[in-house]
Amino acid sequence: MTGPSRQSPSRAVAIAVPLLIFAALALLPLAAGFGPKSYILSLGARVMIFAIAAISLDLILGYGGMVSFGHAAFLGIGGYAAGMLIDGGRGDMLIALPVAMLASAIFAAATGYVSIRTKGVAFIMITLAFAQMIYFFANTLSAYGGSDGMTLYARSTLAGMPLLKGETAFYYVVLALLLAAFLACRSLVASPFGRALSAIRQNPARMAAMGYDVDRIRLVAYTLSGTLCGVAGFLLANQAEFVSPSYMAWQRSGELIAMVVLGGMGTLHGALLGAVAFLALEEILADLTPYWRLVFGPLLILVVLAGRGGLVGLLDRRRG
Amino acid sequence: MRPTSPAAPVLELAGLTRSFGSLRVSDAVSLDVRPGEIHALIGPNGAGKTTLIHQISGLLRPDAGRVVLGGEDVTALPPHARARRGLARTFQITSVIPDASALDNVVMALRPAAGAIFRFRPDPAEDRRLAAEAAEFLELVGLGARTTIPAASLSHGERRGLELAMALAPQPRVLLLDEPMAGTGREESLRLVATLAGLKGRCAMLLVEHDMHAVFSLADRVSVLVGGRIVASGAPDHVRNDLQVRAAYLGDEAALC
Ligand SMILES: Nc1ncnc2c1ncn2[C@@H]1O[C@H](COP(=O)(O)OP(=O)(O)O)[C@@H](O)[C@H]1O
Ligand SMILES: [Mg+2]
Repeated sequence: MTGPSRQSPSRAVAIAVPLLIFAALALLPLAAGFGPKSYILSLGARVMIFAIAAISLDLILGYGGMVSFGHAAFLGIGGYAAGMLIDGGRGDMLIALPVAMLASAIFAAATGYVSIRTKGVAFIMITLAFAQMIYFFANTLSAYGGSDGMTLYARSTLAGMPLLKGETAFYYVVLALLLAAFLACRSLVASPFGRALSAIRQNPARMAAMGYDVDRIRLVAYTLSGTLCGVAGFLLANQAEFVSPSYMAWQRSGELIAMVVLGGMGTLHGALLGAVAFLALEEILADLTPYWRLVFGPLLILVVLAGRGGLVGLLDRRRG
Repeated sequence: MRPTSPAAPVLELAGLTRSFGSLRVSDAVSLDVRPGEIHALIGPNGAGKTTLIHQISGLLRPDAGRVVLGGEDVTALPPHARARRGLARTFQITSVIPDASALDNVVMALRPAAGAIFRFRPDPAEDRRLAAEAAEFLELVGLGARTTIPAASLSHGERRGLELAMALAPQPRVLLLDEPMAGTGREESLRLVATLAGLKGRCAMLLVEHDMHAVFSLADRVSVLVGGRIVASGAPDHVRNDLQVRAAYLGDEAALC
């Protein structure tokens, strides 16, 4: 698979960017007190949830060279798992989150088994097709609202305590999960497995000739990525207290790709920055003009063209 | 004169046949490589040498015939499974991991044999051990001072050396070399011949090469591939005479390479 190539990430940017973002995120609830607090907190939580999804996508897109155009499927699977379990009275995070992850993992392993064998455009189309299938399937779930989606009557509890109920508490739970996801992925990409994944993107024939089971490594990466995105879906449904098939719409998958590309692929902190920038821009532009998408699209293209490594690439180059 | 008891071959090709459309690129090719032996495969451009190497390494499937590695039929196995059974190769077009440093490239080559692929956290102790091992192979190919350079920034000749180090590092039973001297400078190719000569006896090699000096100074046996067929095979002197005889009768067509 001729994947998108990665800019060699500068060490200073790789440390400074996530440090600043996490510091800002940790302090945001304090600053929010001076503004429309619940709006700021819920926007912040949303940004962090999408950051988890974007980081998970970067694992396979930036490191693995697999352009998944169906990643939003996992947002939906995680979201519906949360919705259905809460509806059935088993919404505690200690149960519902592992179930959401397991469901995502199973869907990823099954669809990945097929799609991993294809390359390039075929991979894009087949991941899109699988996501569309589950999108239409969700539309038929009349017990869970069909195409209208379902409203969650409560958020998940955490070990029986209503920890996710308040906006501030929910915010910090999401922040903790984002930090954990980011650190786990950092460690993963530096591990022998992560290095092999990245090397396979660059030269699969060489890696196979050295004894690496290329398909299996890609499949494991795809499954890990889908599982992590399922966590984001679980959180998103809890945050919105609502889940619908639109979670899995192809536009959503496209937005996730845009976040990763905007921030800079194959760096993880690029995906983090990309999610923040994407949603902040969307929020600001949507406020200014109803035609914000007309501005937003070209802006995205500009950033991507200006710095092949996205925003992170621009930062890298400014430093020299 | 046959040796009285030739060791069982480590690599055996039996009737390998492969076509691209109507073009038969491998035509019932049979040959073997004995332990520790350097078996050179020569032939003009387009003879099907690279295609044959691909079929041995598993990158291409033959239409018919068998590849037997260490007594085991591996014809149906994918490339990585053959590599795990002791087969290593280089590519005619240099094939390394561009973003990784020279050292990391060789470390990567060592991991499968160390059973260290599905490791999901960094393991500094193991990394150090493998790095020390990898450094020795870089030293061997003259890249001892270039370990931290990304493969993409190495010169062409250095990348060829790196690829050889990657192939040698897991200490394969059989090494397939597809024109290792191609595009290297005089000095580098002399070093390469010396390196391969130094490895002789340790690992069996199937050497595809155009450089006749290298072929006749290294090979224990030489096979000649023309139009997908083995047209001559045997001791270097024997094959050289055979080729000269053909050249005398048939003209330049048979004066190969
Ligand atoms: N994938 C392919 N599809 C069609 N023809 C091929 C393919 N690979 C090689 N060939 C043809 O097979 C013949 C042998 O090629 P190759 O094995 O590269 O020869 P050599 O390595 O001896 O120069 C050439 O005529 C080449 O054009
Ligand atoms: Mg060739």
